[in-house]
Amino acid sequence: MIPQEFNYSRPGTVQEAVDLLADNDAKVLAGGMSLIPLMKLRLSAPEHLVDLGRIPDLTRITENGGCLHLGALLTHHQVATSALVQEKCPLIAETAAHIGDAQVRNMGTLGGSAAHADPAADYPAALCALEAKVRLVRRNSERLVDIGDFFVDALTTDVEPDEIITELILPVEEAGTGVSYQKLRQPASGFAIVGVAARVRISGGKIAMARVGVTGLGATAYRATGVEALLEGSEGSQDDVAKASAAVDEGVDALSDLHASSDYRRHVARVFTARAIQAAL
Amino acid sequence: METTVTKKTERLIGKPIRRREDPRLITGTATYVEDIELPGMHYAAVVRSPYPAADIKGIDTRAAEQHPGVVAVYTGKDIDHLGAVPCGISLPDLRIPHHHLLAQDRVYYVGHPVAVVVARDRYIAADAIDLVEVEYEPTASVSEPEEALEAGAPAVHAEWADNVAFTHHQAGGDIEKAFAEADVIVKERIVSQRLAPSAMEPRGTVASWNSGDETLTVYSSTQIPHILRTLMAGVLGLPEHKLRVIAPEVGGGFGSKCELYPEEALTAFIAMKIGKPVKWVLTRRDEFLATIHGRGHIDYYELAAKKDGTMLGLKVKIIQDVGSFHMLLTPAMPTLSVLMLPGLYRFKNVHADVVGVFTHRMATDLYRGAGRPEATHGIERMVEVLAAELKMDPVELRIKNFVPPSDFPYDTPMGVSYDSGNYAAILEKAVETVGYSQLREQQEEARRQGRLMGIGIATYGEICAFGPSPALPTGGWESATVKIEPSGQVTVMTGTSPHGQGTQTTFSQIAADELGVDIDDIVVAHGDTSTVQHGVGTFGSRNTSVGGTALVLAIRELKEKIETYGAMLLESDDVTYAAGVCTCNKTGKTVTLGEIAMTSWTGPTYPANTQPGLVATNYWEPPNFAFPFGAHIVVSEVDPDTGEVAIQRYLAVDDCGKVINPLLVDGQVHGGVAQGLGQALYEQVVYDDTGQLVTGEYMDYALPKAAMVPTIETDRTETPSPVNPLGVKGVGEAGTIAASPAVVNSVVDALSHLGVRHIDMPLTPEKIWKLVQQGGSA
Repeated sequence: MIPQEFNYSRPGTVQEAVDLLADNDAKVLAGGMSLIPLMKLRLSAPEHLVDLGRIPDLTRITENGGCLHLGALLTHHQVATSALVQEKCPLIAETAAHIGDAQVRNMGTLGGSAAHADPAADYPAALCALEAKVRLVRRNSERLVDIGDFFVDALTTDVEPDEIITELILPVEEAGTGVSYQKLRQPASGFAIVGVAARVRISGGKIAMARVGVTGLGATAYRATGVEALLEGSEGSQDDVAKASAAVDEGVDALSDLHASSDYRRHVARVFTARAIQAAL
Repeated sequence: METTVTKKTERLIGKPIRRREDPRLITGTATYVEDIELPGMHYAAVVRSPYPAADIKGIDTRAAEQHPGVVAVYTGKDIDHLGAVPCGISLPDLRIPHHHLLAQDRVYYVGHPVAVVVARDRYIAADAIDLVEVEYEPTASVSEPEEALEAGAPAVHAEWADNVAFTHHQAGGDIEKAFAEADVIVKERIVSQRLAPSAMEPRGTVASWNSGDETLTVYSSTQIPHILRTLMAGVLGLPEHKLRVIAPEVGGGFGSKCELYPEEALTAFIAMKIGKPVKWVLTRRDEFLATIHGRGHIDYYELAAKKDGTMLGLKVKIIQDVGSFHMLLTPAMPTLSVLMLPGLYRFKNVHADVVGVFTHRMATDLYRGAGRPEATHGIERMVEVLAAELKMDPVELRIKNFVPPSDFPYDTPMGVSYDSGNYAAILEKAVETVGYSQLREQQEEARRQGRLMGIGIATYGEICAFGPSPALPTGGWESATVKIEPSGQVTVMTGTSPHGQGTQTTFSQIAADELGVDIDDIVVAHGDTSTVQHGVGTFGSRNTSVGGTALVLAIRELKEKIETYGAMLLESDDVTYAAGVCTCNKTGKTVTLGEIAMTSWTGPTYPANTQPGLVATNYWEPPNFAFPFGAHIVVSEVDPDTGEVAIQRYLAVDDCGKVINPLLVDGQVHGGVAQGLGQALYEQVVYDDTGQLVTGEYMDYALPKAAMVPTIETDRTETPSPVNPLGVKGVGEAGTIAASPAVVNSVVDALSHLGVRHIDMPLTPEKIWKLVQQGGSA
């Protein structure tokens, strides 16, 4: 379990980091929970690692303009236990608490998980349900990407090799919004066989807003807009939720592996969609 | 010199003494193979086959050899003069393929060692294995044992086209008559899947050649240092007395380190070849590929019974997935299963046919329980199937068929003699503790609510305390040396080789009680063939029953000598030694063990016809196995929407004979249950149909984590074994043996009203959900 030789840089600022990426054929290291094992197995052999782990700007949590700005290098533990995050954006805190085990939560990072885009990772479901925006910075420019455009395919995102994720921008939850993240754990890895994040707001006895993010079922996490459309305007009865949840796998090419067939994944996606919505209501 | 021995009268046997091993383990100050650094150390790394079956057309080692820092690269031709990896079992038609340390012209499984690279550091070695170019010509492979038995299947070894590695037949009673008289015959195909033993410390070896006196020192993570020494000397062609094997701290084995592995001998070979110390430690990925797997049974059961539940006879066909080569005890795994097929039941008619099958996979061999979990899983599942067929309560059915307490020692139809037991009593205790009848009422209520609640019972008997010598190719005895140092402290040297059992604690308790000295005055040493008398090792729940008895008998011999010295010092011919003091029974005058020890070594005078020193060695062979038993009860609930199983209660009531340390017994039960539950719910070694190992990482091999293991309630009955003076039976494997049928029985019970009679392990949510969807029809 020894990786191939590589160069290593540990910049102290975002500017230094993006300069290193601009000038080298390098890969970004965040918490290392996915990249390091891949390197140890020699399935990945980057020539140069740029370690973002010591950039203070990347671990900030700020509230600004109705949004929470979460630094990309916040660990899952920090996200899960921050009082501010728990109050302003409880869904991302709850999701973070479901990731891996204590060791992983103390090392793994929000931005790292997003950038790795594992089809079974937990965060992407919540990020989709939250319609997060991702700030990408490169030398001399930066851009904001909607989460819907961010996940391109399994293990593939919109991030360019010379860009880093500096923060994720999430809406501060309005009063009266209920949230929940529900997952079926893969017993070995703790990743989601299926994970569903739901946000629901009721107004005047009807569901005024519903957002549902799904991970584990397809090649990328996605927003189940079909479910959302069926929920919004309904009273959120058990029957309404069941009908809406049945739409969660529409148009999705379901994954199949040792731990779950595609048929079973589709089924549990419906079950966990209903559970997440019920828990959020 | 001042003596430091304190008088001790409090008995320690039976007390929950905390493990004396733990401080060094917890503080990271224990020395494992990986911690050993020797001057000039070199590092070996192994090139492994990516194919399950292929001809080797050529190996180009030049690039690796030219890589800076690489010292040597060895391939099959360099080692073809060395001996084969040994198989220690004899069966009449056993076929043993020559198992070279490195592949010769063919590879037989993914992970098969093909070459070994030696470099001055481990990083260079890891890089250089990628530079060894092996030209393979893949050929057809066969991975599933039942497919391997089909006509026309690819032959794993060209000389044996039928892929049969061995057969074994054993029968007792009159099976035809039993089946003819039966009112009901239930049949089931029951699989005990392959498992990865998953010791926390991977295998590893350090070897150091002293060219001056031509001696070799080998540190290896092994359960059997003395046997390893004999085997390795044979493979290397080195005189045995020139070889010293040390098992330093060993971080678990579960049977997987009862072997001579190719890499152990290769490391020694390289050290002799290059004249430098060499270290080799397995990576976790290679641990999955190239450490033996456990289980690997496909069993066909037929159980015959009368309408009233009286069990008459059992027919079993066992298909053992051998893998491509035998390891040390591979063929004995299913034959051990055969010995325990009848479980705790008194029917006398048993018919067993075993076929061992070569497949293009890593070998199977001992894994915690080693043959007994498969047998127990089988009979305990079949009893449930029969109970369902007869609509009888499974507790009642078991009690009706148990061997009664009056029948011990009980000769089974498989030719072994159960030493002692009270099977109904332990099941009744478990049933009462768990509140069985209330649970059945709760289950009815749950079913009315549409919930799937199950109650699973498993009873077990296991054969352990190995054993009488005919049962083991290594000899079935164990040894102990007890030495009282001049200043009075006690050194115990045991021939066992514990690797997590807590033997330093239990043996200290035994020695403290027998000698009447403080536990802190005792040191227990093991695992070094140069300092410890010959021994067999630690496996098969034999450590305390056999090794502990040797210790007791050595101390008893020593006590006679202590009294001889005491008599001399007290100038009396009527003395008694107890609690660290020798007392003259006439005058009441005393002399301490410390004073006696000093005199025994330094004189100036010695008793007549008595040698100086207080040392005694005992080699003890048990007259029989010991047979622990128990009853475990599991309450589970199945989520009908997802098929997930939640274990709500786990009760383990075990009888391991006399208990030396209840804390360690509970620990063994907890660990064992976790592993059995792992098999029941989560774990499986999966090779795909192209022979590739799919579960090659803990990302996919689901070893249960702490949060996945329920609270385990433990209780005991204590039936002393008459086989040894300590009365102990053994507990190392009990939890594992009982847990898999207990868990599976509970889940099958939860679905029984849907018509479910059997589910093979692991009980994945998907498998169970499908059964629920189909209304139970499998």
